[in-house]
Amino acid sequence: MYTEKVMDHFENPRNVGEIENASGSGTVGNAKCGDIMKMDIKVENGVITDAKFKTFGCCAAVATSSMATEMIKGKTVEEALALTNKQVMDELGGLPPVKIHCSVLAEESIRAALEDYRRKNA
Amino acid sequence: MNHKMIYLDNAATTAVRPEVLSAMLPWFTEHYGNPSSIHRAGRDAKIAVENARKQVAAAIGAQPQEIYFTGGGSESDNWAIRGLADVKKGKHIITSAVEHHAVLHTCEYLEKKGYRVTYLPVDEFGRVNPQDVKNAIDDDTLLVSIMAANNEIGTVEPIAEIGAIAKAAGIPFHTDAVQAVGAIPIDVNALNVDMLSMSAHKFNGPKGVGALYIRKGVRISPFIFGGAQERNMRAGTENLASIVGMGKAIEIAAAELGEHAKRFSAMRDRLIAGVQKTIPDVRLNGHPTDRLPNNFNMCFRYIEGESLLMRLDLIGVEGSSGSACTSGSLDPSHVLLAIGLPHEIAHGSLRLTLGLDTTEEDIDFVQEELPKIVQTLRDMSPLYPRCNVKENA
Repeated sequence: MYTEKVMDHFENPRNVGEIENASGSGTVGNAKCGDIMKMDIKVENGVITDAKFKTFGCCAAVATSSMATEMIKGKTVEEALALTNKQVMDELGGLPPVKIHCSVLAEESIRAALEDYRRKNA
Repeated sequence: MNHKMIYLDNAATTAVRPEVLSAMLPWFTEHYGNPSSIHRAGRDAKIAVENARKQVAAAIGAQPQEIYFTGGGSESDNWAIRGLADVKKGKHIITSAVEHHAVLHTCEYLEKKGYRVTYLPVDEFGRVNPQDVKNAIDDDTLLVSIMAANNEIGTVEPIAEIGAIAKAAGIPFHTDAVQAVGAIPIDVNALNVDMLSMSAHKFNGPKGVGALYIRKGVRISPFIFGGAQERNMRAGTENLASIVGMGKAIEIAAAELGEHAKRFSAMRDRLIAGVQKTIPDVRLNGHPTDRLPNNFNMCFRYIEGESLLMRLDLIGVEGSSGSACTSGSLDPSHVLLAIGLPHEIAHGSLRLTLGLDTTEEDIDFVQEELPKIVQTLRDMSPLYPRCNVKENA
């Protein structure tokens, strides 16, 4: 039911952890539904130089968090804001229909971290 | 990594025993007659079906004519409840909050048809209080249906007491014994059961075949109309080879029940104790002693069940979970919620159910690997308290 890429990101998640003095961080989801994602980003001169995540959730939630951090690293804040859940999903080779909400959470967690960054730098 | 698969999902289904398979095979290609046919091949098939009926009856202390073969446990549950509601006076059914969906969804269907259903709560171990059954009975009650043992948390229900209460009130008592038959002793007379559902693939028989026990004198409507099979109650040419397999499987299971129960419960208790000793923030689900011998069900705080299952699968260990992600909905298992667990803890459940092939080495392996997997997932979890994270790591 999961693609090889999903399994790879689940088995060897990239960028797990937290960033000390992060430029922005955001947490989305809730434990009731079984998915929580916390995203930390480091922004230097408008470019995301580092991204780390912590996720409580299923295989798809872990894989989408991992992939999303990989995709925004090196991107400008504006570019990262344009990232959609569909792009994350496509990059993973697709997700089972019941797991699409996991990719939505990944998009939302990045947006939340970026908004936090903008608030701090307004 | 190159090690064998460790299958610990025997509550989901079991392997067909080699003796069962060889008992079944001739009925596909050599003796393939229709049990309704008058000729020799038909008569032989009929004898085989009736022999299996005797084997099933003997295993639960019933008479052969009280056994009706079905397509499995869910069908038996559907038939027992709908079939009785069809012909019996009354519009009220008593069941529990922790039943299998085959019972719950049948009851929900009947609610839409105008029936009233009482879903009794359970205690922290998942047990129904027989007194609650007694209090729920009213003039309109037509059926009490309480499972013999829970498929998720393994808790064995006090069905002898519930059966006695139903009997005293003159109300038929059905029990979904799909997980119990072949695992713990079941005697329909000692337990005062009027109808009992079972499924062959839970006790090393084939899938797609089960039975409903209907006590002599209890009237329910037929489930399938057509030919005269199953004494006009369930039409359709018999699933001959599978019925033969079910008979053989239950005969062996009943004979070996004590021996396996002893072995399974020792391994189960060793695993529970080992996990409790090596992993903090865990919880045993279900009753500590009144539980199915092969059932381990624990919650691991701060992590989610599907991730845990997939990590175990990667090292060859096959289990199951009551998390939302494995149930296909946003809610975790109704059983874990019914025993009072908050959602976030219920999401982190793991069920391991032992079977004939399970060895002490398998338990050692799980015991050794589980703490590492749980720690990996906890280190990844935003819910895991920071104070537990090694500061100098």
